[in-house]
Amino acid sequence: MSVLVVAEHIRGELRPVTLELVSAAKELGGPVAVAVIARDPAALVDAVNVDGVDEIVCVPVEQEEFENDVYQHAVETLVAERSPRLILLGFTVNSMGYAPALAAKLGLGFASDVFAVRDDGGELVAERAFYGAKVNGEVDFPGHEQVLLLLRATAWPPAEGAGSATVSEASVGAAASRARHKDWVEVVAGDVDITSADFLLSVGRGIGDKENLEQFQELAEAMGATLSVSRPLVDAGWMPGARQVGQSGKTVKPKVYLALGISGAVQHLAGMKTSGTIIAVNTDPEAAIFNVAHYGAVADLFEVAEELEKLY
Amino acid sequence: MKIVVCVKQVGALGDEVEFTDDERDVDPDYLDYAINEWDTYATEEALRLRDAAGDGEVVVITAGDEDAEDAMRRALAMGADRGVRVWSDELAGADPITVARALAEVARAESPDLVLCGVQSSDAVQAATGAALAELLDLPRAAVVTKLELSGGTATVHRELEGGLVDVAEVDTPCVLTIQTGINEPRYATLRAIKQAEEKEIEVREPGDLGAPAARVRRMFVPPKGEGAEMLDGDAGEVARRIKEIIEERTA
Ligand SMILES: Cc1cc2nc3c(=O)[nH]c(=O)nc-3n(C[C@H](O)[C@H](O)[C@H](O)COP(=O)(O)OP(=O)(O)OC[C@H]3O[C@@H](n4cnc5c(N)ncnc54)[C@H](O)[C@@H]3O)c2cc1C
Ligand SMILES: Nc1ncnc2c1ncn2[C@@H]1O[C@H](COP(=O)(O)O)[C@@H](O)[C@H]1O
Repeated sequence: MSVLVVAEHIRGELRPVTLELVSAAKELGGPVAVAVIARDPAALVDAVNVDGVDEIVCVPVEQEEFENDVYQHAVETLVAERSPRLILLGFTVNSMGYAPALAAKLGLGFASDVFAVRDDGGELVAERAFYGAKVNGEVDFPGHEQVLLLLRATAWPPAEGAGSATVSEASVGAAASRARHKDWVEVVAGDVDITSADFLLSVGRGIGDKENLEQFQELAEAMGATLSVSRPLVDAGWMPGARQVGQSGKTVKPKVYLALGISGAVQHLAGMKTSGTIIAVNTDPEAAIFNVAHYGAVADLFEVAEELEKLY
Repeated sequence: MKIVVCVKQVGALGDEVEFTDDERDVDPDYLDYAINEWDTYATEEALRLRDAAGDGEVVVITAGDEDAEDAMRRALAMGADRGVRVWSDELAGADPITVARALAEVARAESPDLVLCGVQSSDAVQAATGAALAELLDLPRAAVVTKLELSGGTATVHRELEGGLVDVAEVDTPCVLTIQTGINEPRYATLRAIKQAEEKEIEVREPGDLGAPAARVRRMFVPPKGEGAEMLDGDAGEVARRIKEIIEERTA
């Protein structure tokens, strides 16, 4: 089936999810066209020209960085001209700003955070999670000739190997951009670099109160671990952002990741699931963190922490 | 300043699950309901903007059945002024674009200066309703906003991207923004406010033509466990000793 992949790039760099989309597209048979929407799309052609890509469509636009009206207009134009059966984008913050809008406007079939897709006798079936990733669902798109899917990052391996795609250009004209990129605010470096630690003791909302944090700071020190946290602790202002593991925080790969009171939301897993050994302690036996953990204990984290304190 | 906030009542699973007979959803008996976490931040942001402006109204809108009024009452107890709930059976388990169609009718009738949604709902994790709603209202938009300032005809927002990098964007208003956790500290409702919220108005409507769904759930199921974790049994003391052993072995 014909697939249109939309490349994602930021500050001149192709985002890795783009090559994962190519793998997914290839799996479904193709032909696979990749649209590069940029001020200078040619600069990204080499990065996108991997095995499995049949055509690279350069779409020059005025804007250097992502703006949702610009992308929406460009993809809308390509969809009208090329009528792909399937449009694939990463489930990313940029896509969240325009993909659902495009699907609503054109009446496309739509699903987000998809981690598996199959062609069931000409009918597309996508798999995604519901209810805190405790349940999976198969979703289909009755009556839709065209479907737009946002695919979860790292669910497919990146496509690799030199490609031999033809390169074409599409002119889409200018779009009135009503939400304009102005500036970047860099991530502030913290007192520690959690990405270089061999052993992370990571605590989540399960620790309950800010007052309890000190206990885990001390435990981490005694165990020779670096303390990291899930997002809610940063949102609450208990810990600086530099300690946050996950999609909007740091991606870590320590030898040991010990997670206490972390449920295992997809955005948290995105930042730690490739850790060497993952140990999770959670009172909920169905917590999603146990799906990626190597070792798990259904236990109260305070009781386990108390026992650990005795051992170190 | 009139601000519409989209508030969803979400369901959370405990450690047991059963499915409905058609297997298209979880049996509601196994769900605990609450206001979507992201929507408490959206509500708080709206209240602050209303109060800073000195006048105006915060209207919470929900596509949900009568039970979903609990989530609306929560937002009303935080300080929102009134609510509009839209519902028909077609909306049960509906895809985000269908939900956006129902919400759009309600939002349009309010002619708001600003529409706020959460980034995502914790039970469906579509992260899609806000942008679809913006399109249906023909409004500019930005997703995953961690900072918001209004002045003149524009909203200056921080959009938080992967890795924490922030895109500072200027959005023409009125617009639809999807609000990320951490943008503010949602207030707790006092008991008195919760009582008062019972008196606030919630108008109930039926949607017009919702069009064809963008997706349909074929079936839901418990994910196969895969290799899964090796579970450490015993009391906390034994668990701690095993954890220490594993750490020593794996960090050596
Ligand atoms: C765009 C976007 C980006 C995001 N980026 C990130 C990110 O970078 N990092 C991140 O972490 N999140 C991120 N999130 C948020 C994410 O969706 C979750 O909300 C968050 O990860 C939940 O954190 P948690 O597991 O600590 O809390 P919860 O989900 O509330 O889980 C707490 C856990 O503690 C357990 N627990 C409670 N008490 C105890 C006890 N006494 N003993 C043992 N266990 C106990 C509970 O069973 C539960 O499983 C992002 C969300 C969005 C939309
Ligand atoms: N049924 C609903 N009623 C009201 N608002 C909703 C509903 N569903 C989604 N939303 C809004 O859209 C946001 C994103 O939800 P979702 O697209 O389902 O992940 C939520 O945080 C709400 O602000």
